[in-house]
Amino acid sequence: MTEAPLTLKSHRFRMEREADWRRLEEILDLVETGKRRELTDSEIIALPVLYRSALSSLSMARAISLDQSLISYLSSLATRAYFCVYGTRMHMMHRIAQFFARDWPATVFGLWRETAVAGSLVLAGIVAGFLLTHASPDWFYSFLPEGMTQGREPGATTAFLRQTLFENHRPQGLAFFASFLFSHNAQIAILAFALGFVCGLPTAYLLFQNGLSLGALLAVYAEHGLGFDFMGWILIHGVTELFAVTLAGAAGLRLGWTLVFPGEESRAVALARAGRTAAVVMIGVVVMLFCAGLLEGFGRQLITSTFLRYGVAALTAVLWGGFFYEYRGGRRVRV
Amino acid sequence: MSESDALTRPFVTPEGVDLELELAAASERMTAFLIDAVIITLSMVALTLALLFLAAITGYRSAEAMAVLWVLGAFVLRCFYFVFFEQSARAATPGKRVLGLRVVMRDGTPLSLDAVFARNAMRELEIFVPLLFMASQANKVEAAAEIAALIWCGVFVFFPLFNRDRLRIGDMVAGTWVVHAPKRVMEPDIASQTGGRNITFTPEQLEVYGIKELSVLEEVLRKRDPDVMRAVAARIRAKIGYPDGDPDEAFLLAFYAALRKHLESRLLLGKRKRDKYDK
Repeated sequence: MTEAPLTLKSHRFRMEREADWRRLEEILDLVETGKRRELTDSEIIALPVLYRSALSSLSMARAISLDQSLISYLSSLATRAYFCVYGTRMHMMHRIAQFFARDWPATVFGLWRETAVAGSLVLAGIVAGFLLTHASPDWFYSFLPEGMTQGREPGATTAFLRQTLFENHRPQGLAFFASFLFSHNAQIAILAFALGFVCGLPTAYLLFQNGLSLGALLAVYAEHGLGFDFMGWILIHGVTELFAVTLAGAAGLRLGWTLVFPGEESRAVALARAGRTAAVVMIGVVVMLFCAGLLEGFGRQLITSTFLRYGVAALTAVLWGGFFYEYRGGRRVRV
Repeated sequence: MSESDALTRPFVTPEGVDLELELAAASERMTAFLIDAVIITLSMVALTLALLFLAAITGYRSAEAMAVLWVLGAFVLRCFYFVFFEQSARAATPGKRVLGLRVVMRDGTPLSLDAVFARNAMRELEIFVPLLFMASQANKVEAAAEIAALIWCGVFVFFPLFNRDRLRIGDMVAGTWVVHAPKRVMEPDIASQTGGRNITFTPEQLEVYGIKELSVLEEVLRKRDPDVMRAVAARIRAKIGYPDGDPDEAFLLAFYAALRKHLESRLLLGKRKRDKYDK
């Protein structure tokens, strides 16, 4: 027998290295199923060595072996090992701490131009909504769909409007209200961000529209001399909520702006960078809206003094403002 | 350029080896998404039933707490199902795992939480807006407006079909792409198996075929379908002028081992015979 199969060089190559590949596979199986903690010290030390040897096996196999299944096995093994070795696995708690301590405030700070634009859009909406409704109450129904207002309309009596502001709720039902507000607002905020991809125009519209309805409501209450109380009712959670919505809009605007004007980088690279920057802001927005939901669901219903409401509003304004914009000295990060 | 080459992208590790990542096809992405959508829906049903049950056995005193859990649970499922699974070590949702897919940064850096969040926040635009649009068919708008909206939604839904890299909008915004990186098991080396017979071939007989034919033969031998083996053995015997007589399986095993040895030794000398037309 002249052609003895076992004399194949590629087969010998496989026999010699097979044990290492199997060992690497076992380690990867543990890591990928989340049993990272079960790895022994020697396995952790062996991982990078085994990874490099799998890579060299792959190069070697491509050069000398014609066993297709072996090559695809090695290619899969090397790919899995690559992601295991090079994917930074920062501890979750550490990641969260870094997010709050650095990434989130620094990113929001870096987004100040878009935040200013988004904030102006909301403000312009409030002013326009107020002036238009003030001049002619019919405008009210163009800004707020019927059925959404629960009787808070131009024709309502002063007593009724006062009651909507100072209704003292019993604690039951508030938790549900708060959680509903949170999930609803967060959904809208994420949509506002996603719409930024369409050149930012729908985002700008959403922001302006948000302001319009607020301004229209304010006009209705101001008509009855309740403007000051109404603002207290809104701002106790509104500082947090409007700020969060503005930031979501800013994130969307950054996305749309980058899509149209990518700058010196290629459009794909610039867009990916802007998207990740905006995502950091958005994760924070969800956190802010959670706080706003609590303030709206509990705080507003339990605190019925207008001055106390303004006090809480001022406190939240100082807290968020300080958190995002206080001078960071040397560690200000450019985003 | 074949179908699979069109989706293969170079991915060079810091050690200088090209891992040749294969992008996931649009159909695979769609299937993975449907699996995930089914899982989310079923989880939602299970959550609802479980909370109703809990509320019932506590005599509805805890109804409010259950309602809160329901609202928050629905929100978390919708917004964070994908984020949770894609930021894990496997970088894939259960649907993607079934199809052997994973999410990878296009520039090769580790997949970060913000990228995962960005690519999934865009689902609002790709899935939710079109769904909302379909649900709002009841309030009859003008036909022209409807068609415009349909095209508008179609742009986002079918976006992956219109670019080479099968990127959806979320991938563009996050700088990611989805690759086919299945877990493979090591299969036995066919060249080490013999059919129990001594079958030899002359160098002229081994000159006929190339690497492509060898890999087809490897596939045939891994499946071991008797009908296919008979047909293939007959073709090879006729082509290389080998007499009938040996059992098909033994003949094919011996021919595979001999051909591989022949081609591999030529490979060592720098000659890669691609297929039977390659002289």
